Amino acid sequence: MSISTDDRYNTLEKSIKKLGYDKSSLIEILHSAQETFGYLGIDTLKFIASRLKLPYSKVYGVATFYNYFRLKPKGKHNVVVCLGTACYIKGSNKILENIERRYGIKAGETTSDEALSVLTARCFGSCSLAPVIVCDDVIKPKITLESSTREIEEMIK
Amino acid sequence: MIREKVRVKSFKINDICVTGQSNQSILEVARDNNIEIPTMCYLEGLSCVGSCRMCIVEIQGSHEPTPACTAKIKEGMEVTTSSPQIEAARKMILSMMFSERSHTCSTCVANGDCELQNKSVELPLEHSQVPYLNQRFEIDASHKNFVNDPNRCILCTRCIRVCDEIEGAHALDLAGRGLNMRIIHDMDEPWADSQSCTSCGKCVYVCPTGALYEKDISEEEVIKKREIITELIKNRGK
Repeated sequence: MSISTDDRYNTLEKSIKKLGYDKSSLIEILHSAQETFGYLGIDTLKFIASRLKLPYSKVYGVATFYNYFRLKPKGKHNVVVCLGTACYIKGSNKILENIERRYGIKAGETTSDEALSVLTARCFGSCSLAPVIVCDDVIKPKITLESSTREIEEMIK
Repeated sequence: MIREKVRVKSFKINDICVTGQSNQSILEVARDNNIEIPTMCYLEGLSCVGSCRMCIVEIQGSHEPTPACTAKIKEGMEVTTSSPQIEAARKMILSMMFSERSHTCSTCVANGDCELQNKSVELPLEHSQVPYLNQRFEIDASHKNFVNDPNRCILCTRCIRVCDEIEGAHALDLAGRGLNMRIIHDMDEPWADSQSCTSCGKCVYVCPTGALYEKDISEEEVIKKREIITELIKNRGK
């Protein structure tokens, strides 16, 4: 789909306009672009760069610096493994390893059929439920190796 | 535009009384007075970012070392450019630069004309104080004249600054963070595909190591023209 016919670019253009084409509002615009598109593709980044009159390399540098921004499309479902202190002590690193091995991807990546993305986070503020994983925005408390795979299988079914 | 009045300030460097203008940094005043402060990322004519921390100095009353290139002078301050603590810190900083990637002088094109190498001879740093990480990156040799080898990069950002401030193209920037940080062209495209790069070669001239170099040369053949940039700015009368 070309930029002129894609409604999402109109939405993005509007939010850039609202911020007055200000160079320093780059991060805010990247946020709204990710909200609109789900991820930041190269075309999206180039569009933002040209609208803000910023160099390509600068926009790309900012987008890759922050963990929050993703440059690849998200999978249909996503699982976030908490690696915060409480969850980590309770063995969330082993849970993550297990998931990574099972689906053959590393944290931050998406399976080739785009069914599942595996992400990590530092804390959800639910430490009393440790270790937790979040399957499509639903917190699954006190997870174990077995229950984690069961929950994920159920989600992507 | 409101312009701050430039005042003359006097202070001490290594117990020598010196004077400078209030918009000058400690490093500039020290250079004016022939006081040596080692630097890495600093290049006369470019903006200062204080990324290498090689120019750290002690300021009396301050708890931590301060980079001299970005610290503005203050009336009555007492600066010490060399002390056992500072020397130890500099050695550690240099060790960490060496350990992060693969700095193998014997196979490097910049051998003999490398600021990292020269600095370790000057300090002197006989061996690295921290274990090597040897982070590996892919080499970008797509450009017809130049090569970008991130394995030899120390992330001083001189190339980025010269491209932005002198050439005005801003074709390069840093991408990623931490150990995976590297210099990229445009949207992490091969150098040859970069639309904004003008192939002027200024980034290659200012690179302190062999990370950016001209093609078709072998070991120890690199001759960097780092002064060319300083000359350029002087001639422009900035």
